[in-house]
Amino acid sequence: MPYFIDRRLNPKDKSLGNRQRFLRRARAQIKEAVNKALKNRNVSDTLSGETISIPTKGIAEPRFRLSPTGGDRDRIFPGNKEFDAGDRLPKPPKGGGEGRGKKGSDQGEGTDEFEFALSRDEFLDLFFEDLELPELVKTTLKELENIKPQRAGIGTTGTPTNINVIRTMRMAMGRRLALKRPRSDDVMEVERQIFALENKSSPTSDEREKLAALHAELEELKRRQKGVPYIDPLDIRYNQFVQKPEPSTKAVMFCLMDVSGSMGEREKDLAKRFFVLLHLFLKRRYERIEVVFIRHTHQAQEVDEETFFYSRETGGTVVSTALREMLSIVKDRYSPGEWNIYAAQASDGDNFAGDAEKCTALLSQELMPMCQYYAYVEILDEREMELFRNSEEGAALWRCYRAVAADWKNFAMKRIATPADIYPVFRELFAKQPS
Amino acid sequence: MAARKKKEKPLFEGSEWDFATMQRAYDAIQEVAFEDLGLDIYPNQIEIISSEQMLDAYASVGLPLMYKHWSFGKHFVREERMYSKGYTGLAYEIVINSNPCISYNLEDNTMAMQTLVMAHAAFGHNHFFKNNNVFRQWTDAEGILDYLQFAKSYVSQCEDKHGHAAVEEVLDSAHAIMDYGVFRYRRPPKLSLRDQIERERDRQEYEDRTFSDLWRTLPKRPDKEEPSEAEEAATERRRKLKLPEENLLYFLEKNSPTLEPWQREILRIVRNISQYFYAQKQTKVMNEGCATFVHHYIVNTLYDRGLLTEGALLEILHSHSNVVFQPGYDDRRFSGVNPYALGFGMMDDIKRISTEPTDEDKDWFPEIAGTGDWREVLKDAWANYRDESFIRQYLSPHMMRQLKLFSLTDREDDSHYTVTAIHNERGYEDLRNSLAQTYDLSMVEPDIQVGDVDLRGDRRLRLQHTMRDGIRLDSATRDEVMKHIKVLWGYDVTMAGIDRGSDKKVYEVSTAKM
Repeated sequence: MPYFIDRRLNPKDKSLGNRQRFLRRARAQIKEAVNKALKNRNVSDTLSGETISIPTKGIAEPRFRLSPTGGDRDRIFPGNKEFDAGDRLPKPPKGGGEGRGKKGSDQGEGTDEFEFALSRDEFLDLFFEDLELPELVKTTLKELENIKPQRAGIGTTGTPTNINVIRTMRMAMGRRLALKRPRSDDVMEVERQIFALENKSSPTSDEREKLAALHAELEELKRRQKGVPYIDPLDIRYNQFVQKPEPSTKAVMFCLMDVSGSMGEREKDLAKRFFVLLHLFLKRRYERIEVVFIRHTHQAQEVDEETFFYSRETGGTVVSTALREMLSIVKDRYSPGEWNIYAAQASDGDNFAGDAEKCTALLSQELMPMCQYYAYVEILDEREMELFRNSEEGAALWRCYRAVAADWKNFAMKRIATPADIYPVFRELFAKQPS
Repeated sequence: MAARKKKEKPLFEGSEWDFATMQRAYDAIQEVAFEDLGLDIYPNQIEIISSEQMLDAYASVGLPLMYKHWSFGKHFVREERMYSKGYTGLAYEIVINSNPCISYNLEDNTMAMQTLVMAHAAFGHNHFFKNNNVFRQWTDAEGILDYLQFAKSYVSQCEDKHGHAAVEEVLDSAHAIMDYGVFRYRRPPKLSLRDQIERERDRQEYEDRTFSDLWRTLPKRPDKEEPSEAEEAATERRRKLKLPEENLLYFLEKNSPTLEPWQREILRIVRNISQYFYAQKQTKVMNEGCATFVHHYIVNTLYDRGLLTEGALLEILHSHSNVVFQPGYDDRRFSGVNPYALGFGMMDDIKRISTEPTDEDKDWFPEIAGTGDWREVLKDAWANYRDESFIRQYLSPHMMRQLKLFSLTDREDDSHYTVTAIHNERGYEDLRNSLAQTYDLSMVEPDIQVGDVDLRGDRRLRLQHTMRDGIRLDSATRDEVMKHIKVLWGYDVTMAGIDRGSDKKVYEVSTAKM
């Protein structure tokens, strides 16, 4: 008698532990592959699960095996067509394969690269590993101010508004049944009978006796009804709520960019990558993220993404207008108590003479206290990059931002020149800060 | 065809399966298997699993329970990718040598495939597991599931206690020499302590009794040197360690100077699992041949009895012929001799020889030719042979002609290969021997043994590779594996390659220089 067992509903991730062990084992190689994938492709492409190929070194499973070459050997093959005993076949030249039979290598050692697919989460985990938002202290659970009531079952105490009627009635019913409280239907039935008998004009003695008995019964029923109340305070149940701190899971990201004539395609492209990376990073940390794009020339305005990146504008460059615009939007829509505010600014470093001081004042006094993080990148061309190797030198804007950076730990600034610089900048901006 | 008369209603029509139909099909298969073929099987436990679960089962070397290790994860991610990209399909079933015999059937199978799979695994493989001598001798079908349960929980306990990394290190190294965790010969039963003392005393007595002082006075032969003291000590310590020893894992488990008790237990687990698979490695052709022969016979019988529709039979035969397809050596799909093709072909051939022998068969197989009782012959073969001996015994000229076998000799010094034998009168014997040899594990796997170790001296573990036909070890993997052995042994490991014919040392390597 066989046993058929339907296992299909069993959990199917029996190999999960093995998979995790494998990823841990090959962690270094996989990370390298992930980084390579990020560098070589558009950032938005890497969001989905990745096919990763890593060198087999380090995950090889060596076994003793015979060398495929050298020595004397006899092999048997099927499918002879024209050979006869004594025939000679030339050996292939050295290094050119190893005769006929394929050497199947089921362990994967035969190949240099081992290819497999990472899930999206695994991929991003590796990408963001050891990255942590700076100044996350504010958003750690213990300091959260947002509190939301959450259901926590049923209890015997509470306020009248929270009475759970269904549960209360159920309890009352159970108690009434257990204590044998007469049902009102029964009482009414007796009353009806009494009424019928009393209405008889000439009751027989039998009926009179019955009437008396019924009266007694009614008396008794009423007494018992009184003794066992329909609803007792004991029955009452209340919905319970606990006040749970709600992590503030909302973040707003401000993208500020100089779009004056001096910002060309190349600069904008670099800035875009920078913003995308920040966005990607925030997406991972927060349930909900809003992005505000502010572009500025000599005046600033909030625009949509398309306009932000692709439309051209002419005019001067007054950075403080963008900061002021940001400030007003924050006051208007994103109260710092509710939102985690991040800002990323990209510029080529030009600014209207005398505006730098205004920027410093705006940042230090107004914006920095409410920002989680403010990142500034100055996009240079490679020649300038050489020139400004020393981070202390720079134009007015750079110099005054440096003063801000000295005061605020959550202000970071960096110069970039090529796409290759972005990733290191990104890493440095968000690298785990020693707490 | 005309002679076949439909006696019964087909078991099923269409491709959908359900458990009631499976049960009906099982009963019908069982009737043929028991009444007609006379198979003898463990009770069956047939489990229906989904494709994800099949991938899971692949990853843990086909066992229902297994301890956790990254290499299984590696196989899993590769299989998963291959499967999701459509490079490979999944097996229709996996069967486990246990009592009860567990077979996994894929839920995606059609009813016809389920029938085939049940006949194949639940009866064919099952019969072979229960009756084959190699399996009976090397594996414990009763205990394997409990043992795997133990192994799994033991390894996971060790991980909790000693950390993942420490356990992983031992398992990595043990896996590297897993193939050398097998006792190839049965050991004499272990004596109890009392027996040992008694034997020791008997020997002492015998020595005392035969002692004669005269022997001491014999003059020494001038041409033969007395073995030096060091040599004698070496012989003595080799005797004490029972060297040479081919079961490296066993030797390390018992004698490694550095391993902790829990590490020894892990070596033991790996060794026992290796031992369990040793039987399968030796009987691939026979095992698959037996299962394929059984399903082929059973589904044809079912069809003859009218229990299968023509459509179902065609579907089954289509799958069957895919399985037993043998591409020629020059075919792009060629990847060695197909064990299904060879096993099934030979068993079908035995049936033919028993019932309709030619004169040639009568010459080659006087014992079985024309006896008509192919069931007994096959059952005897299934019970008493392994691949190598089975081929040596039963590969017929007819079969060699069918496969068009030829043998190619590669001498290191020649600039050409030589065709040494083909499927003709002069070649049969040679072909048969050569083919049998390629299934002889002791010829296929490198012969590596523990040669010597001086536990009081440098504690260097000396391995000896006995080279056959001048074939060396692949040096990259050799060095890696030796490093793994060093991890387990704790001291340096050397390996000397000794040519089997001339006893000359061809190479020597040591982990000290890696």
